[in-house]
Amino acid sequence: MSKKLSQKIAFWTFRILGWFVVGILLWILGFIIYNGISVISWEFISQAPRDGMLKGGIFPAILGTFCLIVGSMLIAFPLGVMSAIYTNEYVRDGKVSRFIRMMTNNLGSIPSIIFGLFGMALFVRYLGWKGSILSGSFTLGLLVLPLVIRTTEEALRMVPDSLRVGSYALGASKLQTIRYVVLPTAFPNIITGLILSVGRVSGETAPILFTGAAYFLATLPSSIFDKFMALPYHLYVISTSGTDLEAARPIAYGTALVLITLVLIINFTASFIRRYFSKKHGAN
Amino acid sequence: MRRFIEKSIEKIFAACGMITTVTILLIIVFLFKEGAGLFNSPEVEKGYALCVNAANPIEYISAPDVKKIYNSAITNWSELVGYDEYDINIVLFRDDNKDIFEYYDDEELGDDFDEIEANIPKKVLELIASTPGMLAFVREENLKKNAKGIKVLNKGTVSSDNFFFGHEWIPTATPAPQFGILPLILGTLWVSLVAILIATPLGIGVAIYLSELAQSKVRDILKPAIELLAGIPSVVYGFFGLVVLVPMVQKTLGLPVGETAFTASVILAIMALPTIITVAEDAIRSTPRAMREASLALGATHWQTIYKVVIPYAASGISAAVVLGIGRAIGETMVALMVTGNAAVIPKTLFAPVRTIPATIAAELGEAPGGGVHYQALFVLGCVLFLITLAISITAELISKRQHNKGL
Amino acid sequence: MNIIEAKNIDFYYGDFQALKGVSLTVAKNSVTAFIGPSGCGKSTFLRLLNRMNDLIPDIKLSGECFINGENIYRKGIDVDVLRKKIGMVFQKPNPFPKSIFDNIAYGLRVNGERSKEFIRNRVEESLKGAALWEEVKDKLTHSAYDLSGGQQQRLCIARALAVKPDILLMDEPASALDPISTSKIEELIYNLKAEYTIVIVTHNMQQAARVSDTTGFFMLGELIEFSDTKKMFLNPDKEQTQNYITGRFG
Repeated sequence: MSKKLSQKIAFWTFRILGWFVVGILLWILGFIIYNGISVISWEFISQAPRDGMLKGGIFPAILGTFCLIVGSMLIAFPLGVMSAIYTNEYVRDGKVSRFIRMMTNNLGSIPSIIFGLFGMALFVRYLGWKGSILSGSFTLGLLVLPLVIRTTEEALRMVPDSLRVGSYALGASKLQTIRYVVLPTAFPNIITGLILSVGRVSGETAPILFTGAAYFLATLPSSIFDKFMALPYHLYVISTSGTDLEAARPIAYGTALVLITLVLIINFTASFIRRYFSKKHGAN
Repeated sequence: MRRFIEKSIEKIFAACGMITTVTILLIIVFLFKEGAGLFNSPEVEKGYALCVNAANPIEYISAPDVKKIYNSAITNWSELVGYDEYDINIVLFRDDNKDIFEYYDDEELGDDFDEIEANIPKKVLELIASTPGMLAFVREENLKKNAKGIKVLNKGTVSSDNFFFGHEWIPTATPAPQFGILPLILGTLWVSLVAILIATPLGIGVAIYLSELAQSKVRDILKPAIELLAGIPSVVYGFFGLVVLVPMVQKTLGLPVGETAFTASVILAIMALPTIITVAEDAIRSTPRAMREASLALGATHWQTIYKVVIPYAASGISAAVVLGIGRAIGETMVALMVTGNAAVIPKTLFAPVRTIPATIAAELGEAPGGGVHYQALFVLGCVLFLITLAISITAELISKRQHNKGL
Repeated sequence: MNIIEAKNIDFYYGDFQALKGVSLTVAKNSVTAFIGPSGCGKSTFLRLLNRMNDLIPDIKLSGECFINGENIYRKGIDVDVLRKKIGMVFQKPNPFPKSIFDNIAYGLRVNGERSKEFIRNRVEESLKGAALWEEVKDKLTHSAYDLSGGQQQRLCIARALAVKPDILLMDEPASALDPISTSKIEELIYNLKAEYTIVIVTHNMQQAARVSDTTGFFMLGELIEFSDTKKMFLNPDKEQTQNYITGRFG
């Protein structure tokens, strides 16, 4: 009977562990929502900080994060999608594609602070863009590139070969097949990957520390060469440095809540799109 | 014409395919380029030379010793050159137009400002030559070649030995900054390893639960929850650690500060969980059905089948997951920055502040003047971090390759 | 004495009925073969005897099945103990990624056997029983994957024998093997009959004719005919059986 008992003990342990992890998630989310919800107001979202960051809102940080999302996606999305098309459609299983995949994996495993150093060295100093939206966007764009490539590749791989063969059989060229058959079929999944990348970009702090994130800006940025405020950086500075940390706590909770809500919405949208289209695909 | 267009577009795709390779190369080039100057930079503060009286037998003072002298931990030359050999108290002098007035009055230096300016270099050298115990930082332009009675020390550059094995990281100390990265490396590994020790059993347990035990309805709740855990930005984890875990650790363990290696490890463990769970679950699922059935058919219980057949079969996949988790933890910046306490000491216990490499870079690069020694040191630190994570990701790749080669 | 007795078994995968009112008995120390086209339910029936089908979600069973006089679908039965008494050999050889020795010792160890001496003797005995001993006695510590496909399958048989089951279930044990390995397995089945009751599912009618005493013919979930092998192949009662055996069915 002892082997039955050890099975029982082990399985109950695993069951508890499983729910323990959910508990951690609920704890973190609950804590931030509970403390942050009272801070959230229209004023908080639409106005700039006042009174030494202790009052007012976080609008410039929201705007800055938005600019970074748009900027980095403009860089990462076309490059990433084309790279994935090349590896998946042109050089499928050869040495080249294996090499590219390996490099993509390696790039993906580089810590984000290294991207910060790199952005500082190349964009800020060498190219002379200073700390700016441009520098920040390029740094973040390169950071999410592996994620975009990987998700796009997965999307392309899910397109059944029979569709490609069918298209060739009708006399379509490779490019036409990609353009009219492969990409439209893979589109929902590519978009899902794009959305996930947006989620990643909006939460990254380390790469923008030295590429243009500012503690406080009196005016909103007017061009891509201006410095910017961003949600994650704002949360970092407001919770660790400042004249009166305790007084700034409500703002920090509010910022954390806005940031987490943004990321959650992004993730939910992505999984919704994925599910919606996979159902539709299944029905066909 | 169409063929030509197709060909050129393929070339464009191919060029984009190389983007990750190019980025990695650029990262390597710029990291090393910016850090390269470090070991060619003078050991002492830029623009200054370290001088002593020519009679002094000392040949070299290490940076840690300079610091000790300035802290008055060393006050006599005999402590440096050996007992009794040069038993003279150390007299500190700095050539900054201020100290000199303590030794010479206006009359000796000159009447007006210009004259004093012109006289100072000569007087400084004179002073050193006549004071046996003096340790002086002299501005390079004031130092004449072959000045009589003076010996210039530490003409060398920052030594790699001191950098990699030095025990102290005080980059802003004057006149001799300390660039010993050993405490940072050890701090990073310490925090990450403990994190992975916490996360691995937890993660594997959850992975087993998800893949072997949970009903599909439960899975439908757990899987998205774990994905969400992976989606939370690291700065939010850092914030949560700072406002919840830090006071908690401080109170329950009765520590002077709650910002400890342990606190950071706990948060990093939570962050590493999703990676470990997902990869381990995939590995467990990839165990062929035939293996399980063979085991069950022999009368093994489900649990025996799991730990005797499934886990060994999935072992390389699980270890790849663990290695990946270590890589993540080592590179994590914001949590380390916010909850470790950032004390650059060699870690001896779990319950004291430590400092990691990423946190150091994040905290200091903003204040290090571009191109200076400190700036270069931070880039070399970046190179070290890069190499560590590269080694880890190659290890993970090799392990998971072994997984693929396995089988009939 | 009948070691297996199935009474009016219906079996469902979700809504799909895989077995329809199957009843049969198997005598001790005999070889029983199940034949029939793919998807006819013969493997389902085999896996029901050691409750291997339990692993599949959403299944339903009615009817009764007795092994050694005990209803194996009765509430509170210990499935692990049941499975220990019923060995199973699968379609494809499925050794564990362990050494040859550890593969065979596995069943003993999970059933609580600690004595090294005992395990060593039993491993040797089982390998001899599976006619593999001469080929592997010098490389017991080698990986089981170093063996050829046919050897692996005999290893799996030895692994099943090691726990001394009463019944040996074989699910198309030779379908993945070459003709020489197949004939070795068939020879083995013939020799094992003295000690074990064997139930074998096969695609190959000649094989059924060669190795079995009794044959059951399944079609679309029904047990069409169940009789002495010689009679079945020479003079079947049912036309469907006749058609299948002579290759004219449908």
